Amino acid sequence: MEHMGIEPDRLHYSWISSAESTKFVNVAKTVTEAVKSQGPNRMFIKKEAKAAKAA
Amino acid sequence: MLEYEDRIIELAETLLKDRRVDMVIGFRKGTVPMMNEPCFIKNPEESRLLVWDSNCGINLANYLMDRKEKIGIIAKGCDSRNIVVHIVENKIQREQLHIIGVPCKGMIDRRKITAMFDGEILEVSEDAEAISVKGDGFEESVKKADVLQENCSICVHRNPVIYDDLLAEKVNEQIGLDRYEDVRSIEAMPAQEKWEYFEDLISNCIRCYACRNACPLCYCPTCFVDESRPQWVGKGQDAIDTRTFHFLRAYHCAGRCTDCGACERACPVGIKVRAFTKKLEKDCLALFNWEAGLSTDQRPPLDVYRPDDPDEFIK
Repeated sequence: MEHMGIEPDRLHYSWISSAESTKFVNVAKTVTEAVKSQGPNRMFIKKEAKAAKAA
Repeated sequence: MLEYEDRIIELAETLLKDRRVDMVIGFRKGTVPMMNEPCFIKNPEESRLLVWDSNCGINLANYLMDRKEKIGIIAKGCDSRNIVVHIVENKIQREQLHIIGVPCKGMIDRRKITAMFDGEILEVSEDAEAISVKGDGFEESVKKADVLQENCSICVHRNPVIYDDLLAEKVNEQIGLDRYEDVRSIEAMPAQEKWEYFEDLISNCIRCYACRNACPLCYCPTCFVDESRPQWVGKGQDAIDTRTFHFLRAYHCAGRCTDCGACERACPVGIKVRAFTKKLEKDCLALFNWEAGLSTDQRPPLDVYRPDDPDEFIK
């Protein structure tokens, strides 16, 4: 994904078991911060197709 | 490579006469210069239609899927690796095949030749080192080495890896080549530039799926782009959908692509389709030390779990 131009900090992988709630909280916080620091996403935005206007 | 032609015709005739195969898949001359068509020979007499020259770039392994007959197939290095991939993936049985191995020094890129001349090209012939191009008011000779297909110029598997008959002495493999120079130059770009590079690359894509149809690996009964319930990818030429198609197709070929170049060859608008799969090929080599289609005994890395699989990216 990084190769195609997505900023590296937007995509994160983590392995968390359902028993590791603290880790889950920390990862969620870290990832949210990291992604927010990249700013609003400007890529992968699909514009709605312009429908033909009725005459 | 041209001396192979007589041997191919002879061998095909023998195989069909002796009923060792029901059909031979090879090439015959197309209707315009530099285009050879795949052909399926069922009668020994038709064998004389078979040709072999530097325009045989199409990957014939594309035609092997789920066939039940005994088939003789002419395979160059890349084709033979795709045949191995098919055997490993159970799309054809080894016993059904009589593989006619052809060591290959590279196929020419017809677009490079047409770009060199202004008028219409009427006739193209070749000898061992050069291509002779005759057209409307011109006649010139170009060196084969200058007009090779891109993937052929960096090929490191010119000899077939699996075969029942080898048509000629194996050729020397090219060594010391940097296969991933272009991938590295993309990796060096900042994110925005990478995005724009690919945006530019696919800007001409008309979603004809010629690349997918030419690819021997793309054999899903319903391709993900054709699926409409649920519709994973839009079918129009929207840039995001087109990007999704190309990257997702590349992912589906990860660890299986042999860089045969059939996709790039098939593209009607000349997109360098191989740019998508090259990065994945490089990563497979780096992460799993894996090159597709070299042995029928090994399972591909994306097929098996090994405890030492790289996982530093998982936090």
